[in-house]
Amino acid sequence: MSRAGGISDIERKVGAGSRITREDALRLFAHHDLPALGAMADAVRHRFWPDPVVTYVIGRNLNYTNVCWVRCRFCAFYRPPGSVEGYTLTRDEIGRKIQELVDLGGREVLFQGGLNPSLKLDYYLETFRWIKQNWDVHIHGLSPAEILYIAKMAELPLADCLTALKEAGLDTVPGAGGEILVDRVRKILAAGKDMSDEWIDFMRTCHVLGIRTSSTMMYGSVETLEERAEHLDRLRGLQDQTGGFNSFIPWSFQPEQTEMPGVARATAFDYLRTLAIARIYLDNIPSIQASWVTQGPKIAQVSLRFGVNDFGSTVIEENVVSAAGTTYRMDIDEMERLIRDAGFTPMLRDTAYRILGPYQRPASASALIRRGLAPPIVAGEARAGAAPLSPVN
Amino acid sequence: MSGSGLEAIERKVIEGERLTGDDGLRLFACHDLNLLGRLANLVRERKNGDVCYFVRNQHINYTNVCNKDCKFCAFYVRVNDPAGYTLSPEDVRRRVAEQAHEPITEIHMVAGINPRLPYSYYLDIVRAVKAERPGVMVKAYTMIEIAEIVRVARKPLEEVWAELKEAGLDSLPGGGAEVLSDRVHAELFQLKQTPAEWLEMARSAHRAGLRSNATMLYGHIETHAERVDHLLKLREVQDETGGFLTFIPLAFHPENTELSHLPATTGMDDLKQIAIARLMLDNFDHIKSFWIMVSPQISQVSLWYGADDIDGTIIREEITHAAGARTPQGLTRSHLTRLIEEAGRVPVERDPLYRPVRAAEAAA
Repeated sequence: MSRAGGISDIERKVGAGSRITREDALRLFAHHDLPALGAMADAVRHRFWPDPVVTYVIGRNLNYTNVCWVRCRFCAFYRPPGSVEGYTLTRDEIGRKIQELVDLGGREVLFQGGLNPSLKLDYYLETFRWIKQNWDVHIHGLSPAEILYIAKMAELPLADCLTALKEAGLDTVPGAGGEILVDRVRKILAAGKDMSDEWIDFMRTCHVLGIRTSSTMMYGSVETLEERAEHLDRLRGLQDQTGGFNSFIPWSFQPEQTEMPGVARATAFDYLRTLAIARIYLDNIPSIQASWVTQGPKIAQVSLRFGVNDFGSTVIEENVVSAAGTTYRMDIDEMERLIRDAGFTPMLRDTAYRILGPYQRPASASALIRRGLAPPIVAGEARAGAAPLSPVN
Repeated sequence: MSGSGLEAIERKVIEGERLTGDDGLRLFACHDLNLLGRLANLVRERKNGDVCYFVRNQHINYTNVCNKDCKFCAFYVRVNDPAGYTLSPEDVRRRVAEQAHEPITEIHMVAGINPRLPYSYYLDIVRAVKAERPGVMVKAYTMIEIAEIVRVARKPLEEVWAELKEAGLDSLPGGGAEVLSDRVHAELFQLKQTPAEWLEMARSAHRAGLRSNATMLYGHIETHAERVDHLLKLREVQDETGGFLTFIPLAFHPENTELSHLPATTGMDDLKQIAIARLMLDNFDHIKSFWIMVSPQISQVSLWYGADDIDGTIIREEITHAAGARTPQGLTRSHLTRLIEEAGRVPVERDPLYRPVRAAEAAA
């Protein structure tokens, strides 16, 4: 039998609402009993979210540029500076995309791209101000790596750069680039990007300035289970200090079309147990989000019984993950069907995790789709996060 | 799990007591997937420990011509349709020869009902497989095909069983049961034999010494009550004959069928169906999660929700893929064993009768 030693002591801890240790997490990784892990995660979820509701937001990814000099080995989206395949969206293109989002009833713009040397701080400040002047949307944007780079080029301290971006309209920051917060792993995946302390410090700075963020984990590349546990521990530790993480979103490394095609793609079993252990371990982060794009609709639905309370942002575009060969797409009707089928009520939320009510398709949306002007809304894994949070506990 | 209302069922499962049809309905009404999983896993481990079976096999769909007009099928074409094909015994032999390098133990052979095929054809294609590859076992012909074979043979069923066995037939697959409900039969597959006839033919096969599987095609117009009833009917026959080897729930794939307006099954439904089958079918040794139908991902997870068999490598599946299945048409042995081992189970390669394939052969 694969359940060496049993886990009843951990089950008792979780049942009593006590914190589990890193060693406990490793024992859970070795345990394999999926229904037992799921049941514990479901109990923790229930403490945070006692109503049988699954939330999501309607958003749109704006991948404003694909030019990036970092060359992360797991990324299939970037083009190096000077590449003929590089692009930066014009204001017209950005405006059209945001207008489509608003016409479809969406409010969240996920503004993400690459580390493009030709885009300076002023570009971002002006773009954000222009967006905020023209549309009532929430800008969930950039990534730690992008902001660190912008600050460096502007020769500004990070806090000053973040303050300027916030004043220009940046609302929340995705926890992208969390990967695995262990330098051994980060050096293999992207030696040019921030190391783990720098990522943590970045998040701390955001939180101190009142910018809430999400947190992520990209597992299934070269890390060990001990390193997954260390990652969770670093997130929990920072959250104890700042309380600034709205959510946690794990997704699996997508080896296809990256420079690491020899890595076998992480399995559904691995996703569900990692999700469950994260839900149990991260007893101070209120929301756990499913990753539609990497797991597909069947496993994403099952994840609702493994600690997930939120389907994140249904995104109209998700260029980064789809470039790596993952092609799961999901419209709102299908997503709501799956939520109901799992025994929950689907509800739209805002970026502060306040429940807004059931989705009602705006009249303009169907008209746009009929005229072929708007693509159908599809759900993606969201790097969502938001402002003040209002879960129970 | 207080408050779930399933305490009585939980007690029964722990004590090994048989569940009733009402119990089955209450299980379907339960959204607590992990409670269902825990109970199903208890039964699964009692019967099969940590083992997960798989087989290395080849599928041969010898004709796509069919006169049954089932509304859930995207594979068939009617008689005289130019898109129709029928493999000759020589074609079948060539298909087998093409995979001679693969260390398979099973040829799975099912197809449409082509009324122009003579009785000798059905004997000849089995013989063709055996002639090309004597060591492999032939699992062929659903009860629907057997009914057709009996029709063209103009012989009693018992004689047909004997002659098929003599030609080399080793066991029978479980297809064609669809949903064992007269209502669903009338709506979706009325030209096929009735549920009662399907069950009687399975009894007859078992009496003739042939083991068979049993399936259920779920996720279309059937109700939960009809699913439970289906399981109870199979359980009843199994009490009499003990001839069923494994139960295989088949997830309906709507694309390209007359029911294409229906959505595909959900992951939750796939896992619940596996778990509830494991709990209701207390006299079946095995529950198979057929990855072609539910995806390799769900099959892997299902090893903790009642399944102890993940089917096999399957070279060239065609029927479900005609209905838009996005799954691969085959998986390698190493991929299958990785899925099983990562889930904490012990992979055991089996033959169609669940006899372990010896390690030396498996390494070949």
